[in-house]
Amino acid sequence: MSTTTQQPEHAEANLTVGGLFGYMTLGMLFGIIFVQSEVVSWFRIQEMFRFESFHMYGIIGSAVVVAMIGVQAIKYFDIRTLDGEPIRINPKQWSSYRYWVGGIMFGLGWALLGACPGPIFALIGGGYSVMLVALLSAIAGTWVYGALRPHLPH
Amino acid sequence: MIEMLSQTWPWYVAGPLIGLIVPALLIAGGRMFGISANLRHACAATIPGRVAFFQYDWKKSGLWNIVFAVGIVLGGVIATTVLAHPDPEIGISAGARAQLEGVGITDFTGLLPSDLFSWSGLASLPGFLMIVVGGFLVGFGARYAGGCTSGHAISGLADLQGPSLIAVIGFFIGGLFVTHLILPLIL
Repeated sequence: MSTTTQQPEHAEANLTVGGLFGYMTLGMLFGIIFVQSEVVSWFRIQEMFRFESFHMYGIIGSAVVVAMIGVQAIKYFDIRTLDGEPIRINPKQWSSYRYWVGGIMFGLGWALLGACPGPIFALIGGGYSVMLVALLSAIAGTWVYGALRPHLPH
Repeated sequence: MIEMLSQTWPWYVAGPLIGLIVPALLIAGGRMFGISANLRHACAATIPGRVAFFQYDWKKSGLWNIVFAVGIVLGGVIATTVLAHPDPEIGISAGARAQLEGVGITDFTGLLPSDLFSWSGLASLPGFLMIVVGGFLVGFGARYAGGCTSGHAISGLADLQGPSLIAVIGFFIGGLFVTHLILPLIL
């Protein structure tokens, strides 16, 4: 697999100060939802992996349903961005190895840390300063993946 | 109003609001919701080295997402101050609490067990494994799988992507393994 196929999108819209402020506002609302619904809580993640409450499954499940309706509506009605650009959603490259192995590795980390990347940021804001170490460690993990990538089976 | 918002938000409020982020970002600028990409942008921005995976214009493709992540941090500040939960303990189910007490968790205050997720906890073996090793696996695994909970479990499934379903099943295999076989050993 060539490296270019994995380059992120290069859309240039909204890189104005106003546009970036909009993204920050969306992120802020998202962080508030994350903390107030307690999906950032280690206890909630443990409760989920022990099948002791519907809370997390309800959140993920209803989020997927609402997001799915939104995405399918955008495709069906050919809705454009605020700047009038067509919306393209690139399909994930089909293979299974990387999704199984990467997915399981991520899951091991998710249950150990009790947080995935979004909650790491929210917890840092919530004053759990030791989560800065988790963030640096996750960046290190990403870096090591990038360095090993040419040698890893995908 | 503040009092009501300070309580635990039920799943049927929080879940749909999280789901709305996906079409909101697409309409705002054709952006696909996925937070772990920021870890890659952080590498590309600071220490790309000679790694091909980090040679791209991170400002062009990732600045919006880094700003979004900064917003999440600010949201965390607001949620834990202005909207701070009135009870010291969040109300997890009695079953989960009993199981966690069974593996030695005693402090149920706040969002994390503070004896493990603190600077002193970091120096202990279980704290180190959970924070440092856990964080490393989250970063490595997310990029290997091409996304995290947001990119695969929410955006990917919403777009009916087969690879995302495999990744999410993988997330749960790994999570169940650690929860039921590893945590009882290290805690």
